[in-house]
Amino acid sequence: MTPLLELNHVTYAYHSKSGETYALSDISFQVQEGEFIAVIGPSGCGKSTLLSLIAGLLTPEEGRILLNGSSPKTQKEKIGYMLQKDLLFEWRTVYRNVILGLEIQRRLTKETKENIEKMLKDYGLWRFRDARPSELSGGMRQRAALIRTLALNPRLLLLDEPFSALDFQTRLSVCDDVTGILRSQKKTAVLVTHDLSEAVSMADRVIVLSKRPAKIRKVLPLHFEQPDLTPFQRRSAPEFNDYFNLLWKELNDA
Amino acid sequence: MKRSETSSDSQSTYLKKLAHRQLRIRILRILIFVLFLALWETSALLGWIDDFIFSSPSRIVKTFLSMWEDKSILLHTGITLLETLVSFGIVVAAGTGFAVLLWYRKELSEILEPYLVILNSLPKSALAPLLIVWLGANMKSIIVAGISVAIFGTILNLYTGFMETDPDQIKLIYTLQGKRRDVLFKVILPGTVPLLISVMKVNIGLCLVGVVIGEFIGARQGLGYLIIYGSQVFKLDWVLMSITILCLIAMLLYGIMNLAEKHCLKKR
Repeated sequence: MTPLLELNHVTYAYHSKSGETYALSDISFQVQEGEFIAVIGPSGCGKSTLLSLIAGLLTPEEGRILLNGSSPKTQKEKIGYMLQKDLLFEWRTVYRNVILGLEIQRRLTKETKENIEKMLKDYGLWRFRDARPSELSGGMRQRAALIRTLALNPRLLLLDEPFSALDFQTRLSVCDDVTGILRSQKKTAVLVTHDLSEAVSMADRVIVLSKRPAKIRKVLPLHFEQPDLTPFQRRSAPEFNDYFNLLWKELNDA
Repeated sequence: MKRSETSSDSQSTYLKKLAHRQLRIRILRILIFVLFLALWETSALLGWIDDFIFSSPSRIVKTFLSMWEDKSILLHTGITLLETLVSFGIVVAAGTGFAVLLWYRKELSEILEPYLVILNSLPKSALAPLLIVWLGANMKSIIVAGISVAIFGTILNLYTGFMETDPDQIKLIYTLQGKRRDVLFKVILPGTVPLLISVMKVNIGLCLVGVVIGEFIGARQGLGYLIIYGSQVFKLDWVLMSITILCLIAMLLYGIMNLAEKHCLKKR
């Protein structure tokens, strides 16, 4: 089975007048369809760069990225990207925010609109469709941002610390929400985070990066005896602490 | 809204105090105006000042009424207002257009930056005589004078505002596979509407300044012309009346922009 996403020896450096900064060095891994991957590493190690490369917003200096066997640049529509901030526009209503992607790609049809309406209803935002983003709570804003991404029906979802702006309590519940939504829609996802517990509670596999220039230090598949646990339930599963400590050690040796 | 239905005693005392304060401010504002008029009128009446050169409120009103009868004041005021509005309209359209162009072509903005800065800080009144010579003593050169005062600041302010747009908001458009044009129309322009309005609030006044400067030098009509002509023939009633009308116009234009601002921001 060909993997959905494949990175082969990807290297990337930022260039500026004062010199070049190596962000990523020789990164290789594969993601299978339906898998949930978490990438962790010390802050500033180039995690976000990795996602920008996969999304085709940047081009690797060396190595190759293959999405379904070809370059992601030619099939950006298969990738959904969720950024750290929800970036909802205050001058648009919630509804007009979530249709932004469809509007840009001129894909606003009866079908896609119905899909959006269904998601707004399913995720408890229907009542707020005509409200301004500032009237929503942090968790609701993040859900709106997720709907904006999912509206484009991407095959691969890239999540760049999507919960880091939320307070802890909201974070736990939004984390459950989002994971539930992604699992129910059988989406493939790559999550970048610096929060170990978040990675262990959500992912099928964790990739640990080293300090800059980031190399892969370890790939850790997660197995929980009880299947289909929500992230919150995983936090109290017996395996959770072992994985957490393992990753903690790995990160701190870096 | 986090306000309880029944407000406490301390809350109502606070609100009363606030209303009191606002009333006091309003009364004092009007009082200053009335006192000023009264002092001016009395001084002229009692001969403390020479009302031939200092005029007086009653003389201004009389002059206004007589010029109202032969409709000449309507003409002068209308011409100045028209020239101001036309130059303001052109400043808004051309200023925004040029700022967008600079944003679109980053290199162009780097090349032109020193010129814009110099042109912006150049006292535009220095250009007015040139304009009259080049374009003739007509409405065209007066409108250009109005434009010249406001346009460079508009371009610089808007361009700076465009460049201060949150880079993540721009990145979002690209992750949704938008193009540069989408960044412009979905983020940059709607995001800078408040800035646009506040820039315009300043500019409508600047356009008026430019138009009056232009009228000083090369006009046969308009309040600026009336001021210059009045001072030359020692009809200082004309001068002071024109200045009064200019004050009123400035107030009116600013008020309109304020209303537009409130309307736009409420809609957002």
